[in-house]
Amino acid sequence: MRERTNWPVTIFIALGSVAILIPLYISISIALKNPQELAESALSLPLNFHWENFTKAIEVTNFFNAFKNSSIITIFTLVFTLLTNSLVAYGIARNMHRKLFRNLYYYFVSALFIPFPIIMLPIVKQTSALGLNNTAGLILLYVVYGMAMNIFIYVGYIRSIPIELEEAAIVDGCSTWGVFWKVIFPLLTPINATVGILTCLWAWNDFLLPLVILSDSAAATLPLVQYVFQTEFGADYNLAFASYLMAMAPMVIVYLFAQKWIIGGVVKGAIK
Amino acid sequence: MKSDQLILNNPQSSPADLAKSKKKKMNAKMMAYYLMVIPAALLFFAFHTFPAIQGIYYSFTNWNGINLDYDFVGFKNYINLFKDTAVRDSYLFTFKFAIFAGVLVNIISLAVAIGLNAKIKGRNFFRAVYFLPNILSVLIVGFIFNFVFTSIIPNLGEKYQIEFLTENILGNANLAWIGILIVFIWQSCAFNVILYLSGLQTVPTELYEASGLDGANRWQQFWKITFPVIAPFFTINMVLAMKNALMVFDQIVAMTGGGPGTVTTSISYLIYTGGLAGGEFAFQSANGVIYFIVIVAISVFQLKVLQKREMDM
Repeated sequence: MRERTNWPVTIFIALGSVAILIPLYISISIALKNPQELAESALSLPLNFHWENFTKAIEVTNFFNAFKNSSIITIFTLVFTLLTNSLVAYGIARNMHRKLFRNLYYYFVSALFIPFPIIMLPIVKQTSALGLNNTAGLILLYVVYGMAMNIFIYVGYIRSIPIELEEAAIVDGCSTWGVFWKVIFPLLTPINATVGILTCLWAWNDFLLPLVILSDSAAATLPLVQYVFQTEFGADYNLAFASYLMAMAPMVIVYLFAQKWIIGGVVKGAIK
Repeated sequence: MKSDQLILNNPQSSPADLAKSKKKKMNAKMMAYYLMVIPAALLFFAFHTFPAIQGIYYSFTNWNGINLDYDFVGFKNYINLFKDTAVRDSYLFTFKFAIFAGVLVNIISLAVAIGLNAKIKGRNFFRAVYFLPNILSVLIVGFIFNFVFTSIIPNLGEKYQIEFLTENILGNANLAWIGILIVFIWQSCAFNVILYLSGLQTVPTELYEASGLDGANRWQQFWKITFPVIAPFFTINMVLAMKNALMVFDQIVAMTGGGPGTVTTSISYLIYTGGLAGGEFAFQSANGVIYFIVIVAISVFQLKVLQKREMDM
């Protein structure tokens, strides 16, 4: 293998990345222009920064309320998912030789094949009958639905942890719960990162579940707000794009700082 | 209780008592395992399996989702599904979309991944750029591209007198699906590129050197060395891309609302609109059941065929 830089390939890759970045550049450019400047050209560099688009968008969409809703849902989903799904997976992973646990494993994992639309109509009725058509209900559904994928990821990882580590703790008088929280859970950190990243991306960006579950518009998440206010934005694209940018910004900022970590985590989740 | 007393009454425990106390410890341990697993299984049943069963149940009724009473109608909904043109069109659209999406996403992702794996400048930067779409909201990306197709591209077409660009493709019944396909590819490649890249990094470089000495060209190297190693990644990527494409929903909401007319109404979009707002709760539940069977059949078929290919290589 030659160690010289392969310039044709570098150019090909650079051109492809332009295709990725252009829509994002356009979004920023439109969000910073006023309607006249947009009418002249959408692609030109924004010369006067119209920050008032952002303040207006914050007012119109009640941005901070939606931001709060999305944050609460994402954080609670994340915490409960990490604490509960890993525990369930541990119970299953250490008893795979027992029929009940093995069957439960297949039960959870086979749910990966069930498309959401078959559940969608009944779950709407069910959550509203149980009074769960709100933020709490949404968190519950994310934690429960996440189990299918997460148990698959966790079980594979836990089974690779040598059981001798646990036996030592049991000799020291640890209960099964103690073994999990004191010995196993700390060892799960790399895979917790993977599950955590996937869970955050899902809960933050998901549109369909909030769309069908939430009944009160005050509980709307950021993606849902963009949908609800689509008619209100009307022809004011500058306002709309300022709003889109603010909805995407938190994840993008996190990504800028933790990019290597996030990519690694997602890959690990996929190839286990 | 009993073994407790035995041990208390009898300080010098016999081997039988020891075995019993050990058994009790085992029971406590098993109890803990059951407590870890059973409540979660019950919740999963209540909020995932039970609604799915309910969906199957309602598919045999004529419930509209609002009235209090309904009747059983047997397989009538299923028979009507096969006669309904809206349903048929949604399946045709969704399949066409999924096949194009699956193939194109994989070809483009593999090409980009091979590029990223070569000796290029700024590899980490480009890798981060290509993965960026994966962290963005599908709905919002759809809204952004909606504006690109309806306004920016037609304006460019007019400005530079390029005839075929002046039309808003989302408003054209024959081309609207291509607009959705482009957005889908733009966003789905992110994940597949990274997956292929991690697959390519497992190909031993000595193999290339050896085959290079043997006079193999680039094309032969790809098919004889690279592809067999990354075949499992091809399987995962193909199954995932097709499955996501079969479920396409957010992009439709953001870009066409199923239109123009109903030409871009995907199956899940039809179930959503017909079942929740259109008074077709039972009918669309039956649609959901068929959709489920189709997805499972396609996934199993793909895994079987592609895994067989992997083994043949």
